[in-house]
Parts: sequence; C-alpha cells; structure tokens
Amino acid sequence: MKILVPVKRVIDSNVRVQIDASGTAARHDGIKHALNPFDETAVEAAVQLKEAGKADEIVAVTIGPDAAQETLRTALAMGADRALHIVTAQPAEPLAVAKILEKLCAEENPDLVLCGRQAIDDDSGQCGPMLAARLGWAQAVGASDIQLSGRDITVTCEVDTGTVTLTTTLPAVVSADLRLNQPRFVTLPGLMKAKRKPQAKRAAEDFGVDLRPHMTCLTLKEPPPRSAGKKYDTVAEFADAILAEIQK
Amino acid sequence: MKYLIFATHSDGVLNPATRRAVTAAAQTSTDITLLIAGAPRALADEAAAIAGVRNVLWTDDAAYADLLAEPTAALIAAQAKDFDTILAAATAEAKAILPRVSALLDMPMLSEVTKILDDETFERPVYAGSLIATIKCPGRKCITVRGISFAPAGTQPPAPVENIPSADAPAPTRFVSRNSQIATGRPALTDAKIVVSGGRGVATKEGFGKMEALADVLHAAVGASRAAVDGGMAPNECQVGQSGRTIAPEIYLAAGISGAIQHMAGIRDSRIIAAINKDPDAPIFSAADIGIVGDLHTIVPELTDILRQKQNA
Repeated sequence: MKILVPVKRVIDSNVRVQIDASGTAARHDGIKHALNPFDETAVEAAVQLKEAGKADEIVAVTIGPDAAQETLRTALAMGADRALHIVTAQPAEPLAVAKILEKLCAEENPDLVLCGRQAIDDDSGQCGPMLAARLGWAQAVGASDIQLSGRDITVTCEVDTGTVTLTTTLPAVVSADLRLNQPRFVTLPGLMKAKRKPQAKRAAEDFGVDLRPHMTCLTLKEPPPRSAGKKYDTVAEFADAILAEIQK
Repeated sequence: MKYLIFATHSDGVLNPATRRAVTAAAQTSTDITLLIAGAPRALADEAAAIAGVRNVLWTDDAAYADLLAEPTAALIAAQAKDFDTILAAATAEAKAILPRVSALLDMPMLSEVTKILDDETFERPVYAGSLIATIKCPGRKCITVRGISFAPAGTQPPAPVENIPSADAPAPTRFVSRNSQIATGRPALTDAKIVVSGGRGVATKEGFGKMEALADVLHAAVGASRAAVDGGMAPNECQVGQSGRTIAPEIYLAAGISGAIQHMAGIRDSRIIAAINKDPDAPIFSAADIGIVGDLHTIVPELTDILRQKQNA
C-alpha cells in the first residue's frame, strides 16, 4: 500500500509575520520556515501506518522553490521513504497544486493521499478536496482518527458541531486535523538516514499544467490593532468592568 | 453577477450562517439563488423566505441528507452552469464540498472571505488572521465567506422553490455516525453574545466545570483553546482559533489562555476581550481590554458568585 504525502514549506508558526517591501506578500528572506504543522501530522500518520504494517511505501512530495528541499528532508527524517521536489519559483494556487498532484498520482498510483487540512500561511484548506475531485476519489476532511483495515478506511472528521465518522474504500484523499496525532521529533539518526533516501527533482512546468495564477494580491495589511486595556487588582472591580460592558 | 448559494443544514435545522451568506452575496448582487439538498420542504421554504433570495433549488433526496461531499459537490456542479459565483458560509460542510465543486468546474476558490469589495475584489485573512489580504479574482469562482463578517439577512415573502433532480454521481463514502457534546440550553458558540473560554491553565475537566458555572450565570457559550480540547477538558466543538471556530462575540472572557497567535485568530473581532491569567506577561493581556492577573481557580468561582449576587439583587 503506497501513501502519497504532499507537504508544504511555510513560515514557522511562531514567527510574527511581516509584510515585504512590495506590500503584497509576506517577508520570506531570512525568516525561519518549517514543515506546515498540518502536513507534519499527515507525515506522522503515514509513518504510523507503515510501522503498523499497513503501508509499504511513503512518498513525500512538495511543490515549491529550491528551499523547499528542507521540508522534504524533514519528512524523510520522520520516516518517509522517498521524496519528490517539484520545483516552482512562483507559488502555485491550490487548483494548480491539485492538478499537478493529479498528474503525479497517475504516475505513482498511491492508494491513499494523506495531506494536511490547511496550510498555515494561506489557510485555504482547498488542495485535499480539489485533488480528490480531480481524481474522482472519496475524501475525508479534518481527520482526527483513521482506522485502516485492508482497503476499508474509517475516518473521524472534526466538524463545527463535534465529529462525524465516515467510512469508504481506498483509494481516497484524507486531510489531517492537528488532533490526529502528536508528530515525532526529528532525530539526528533520522536526519542522517534521510540523506541516503532517494530524492528526485522535477520542474513544475513538466507536468503540463497551466500554472498561471487566477488571483493577484493587491495589498497585504495588518488588521485593526487591539491594544492593551486595563488590568484590575480585585475580582470585584474586574466584575464591575465586565458588567459595564455587558450593559452597553 | 448570478450567485448560487449552497445552504447547509443538520437535524432539520437550516444553518443560521446561511442568512449571513445571503448578505455577503447581496453586497454586489440582487440575483441570488439558494440550493438546499437532502432537506425537507419546510427548510426550502424557510430558505426562500430569507430576504434577498430570488429562488430556491431544492431536493429532498436522502442521498444528500448527511451532506456527504462527493454526491453533494456533484449536485452543485450540475446546477452551476448559469451561475458566475458559487458561494457558501464557511461551515465545515462547505469547506469539504466547495473545493470539490471548484475542481469539478475548473474554477478558482477563495476561502473565508471577510469582505466583498466588488465582483472581483475580496478581503480574506491569512497567516492565522495576523494579516488581511486584498485579492483580485476575476471570472467565475467559488467562495466561502466567514459568517461572522456579515449580518444575518432578514425575511421576505417566500420566493419560488424549484424541485431539482439528483445528480447521477458516485457516492463512495458512507456516513457512520455523528457525535456532538454541546450542552443544550447554552447559546451556540458562533452566535453567542458572551463567550466564556478556558485554556491550558484550567488544567482539568473539573476545573472546566468552573468555567461552565460562570457561563451559566452569564448565559454565555463555552469556548476552549486547542490545548484545553487536546487535554480532554472540553469537547472539540468548543474549540476557538485558527483551526477551530472563528467568533466575534460582544464579550470574550478568556481564563488560563496565553493568547498565542493561533488562538487570537479565532477571537480578533470580539468587541471586548477580558482575560484572567496568572502570568502578567501573557500575550493575551496586550490584546485584552479588561484583565486581571491571578489564579483562575479562585478568581473564576469568586467572579461567578459576585455576578450571581448582582443578578439576584
């Protein structure tokens, strides 16, 4: 059973994101980046399935600039078997990403695509279901539990009112919520092993997908700021302040 | 600009966010059609009575009752031919369904739009809401809108309801069960005027009971940070933040919540943020209008008592 795990290089979640000189994009130069936390959860889920003997091969793929190489290294260090770097200078929109991955799936024939629910930079949450639609596969979004038995997969999905449990048969696309697992730390032995695992590089243009963006970012700005208010010394004063606001 | 709005429902109730989605579309258009699937006629009639809706497309086919993404997306795609924009409130169902529609129709999609400036220009939050992007996206598209950014539309005499055929499409996924632990009698998290929310500092489920007692006195909804849900103190439907619910209550009272970016993403638009935390340097205090430094395990019960006494006075 082969699992394909798409991963994305994003600005680290602890970084306070700044706007670059153009005013239309985030500043990336000299900024700490990381493997998208939701994708990290997906990699961990794939590795756990392999450790349980339910998967044979985990292929990590990223679509991004040269620096995205480091994202693949993390995935390999966590336990992916093979990595593919699809190089693109310009960020690809979710629909283009889905189309490239669709072409890749035709070559790789995975049984399961395990991805993150959303990328913490764009917060779009589109690629997983878009890919599923392009492939004509079943999908489950926001997985907090996955049970795999043969080709039957049962997924518990996080929804607004609680959880929903769905069941289907492979092949399927499942997107991971952070609640799915606690990703393992990358160890030094893991990183050393990662260097010896097969890695391939291809140009995004080679997939015959129209990469031209449909959207342009006109401006990027900070939301209206919230400033610090007043700290009260006693609970009675704190209560009065709250009541005053309730009555407004 | 012809809008097709996908309405979600569950347990025989139309999702209130649908009214907000109509307001969003009405910013730039008077040509608004609602689509509701797998619901009884009564819900279609309710949808038809939302002010601004021109007509409703409806099927009560049980295949759509659980709003499974694969068949529902196929249905929307089959109806989408004459429409310029497919829109939905960013509910969990829409987030699973609309990207599928987008891909089936080969159209781009914008998620969590908070402002519609014109037919082609939109604002949406990025980087956990720490930045707002103004995006130009011409042509046909799918959009999900953040419900709290738009007021609920009012009512009108019911518009026509048209029965539509089911789409002939595979339904590979089976619905097994739904699990919800929301206490009845409390307001829904996304609509509540007051939300009382607990974080890591609450520490235990028993501790969370103190938050619930406070919520009861304030007739508030209960929220939680990811840490509190992961720690088993609160159910996931209470989770507020970048990958939980985004809310904008009048008053958001956070206890034992540090105020990390990912949590603030969910509460930025609250009118008033009140915070209780034993760490005077907790980031939440730089965004809280009203604060108190101290142990929430003594402060929350004391606050509950004071508020209860003032109520009974």
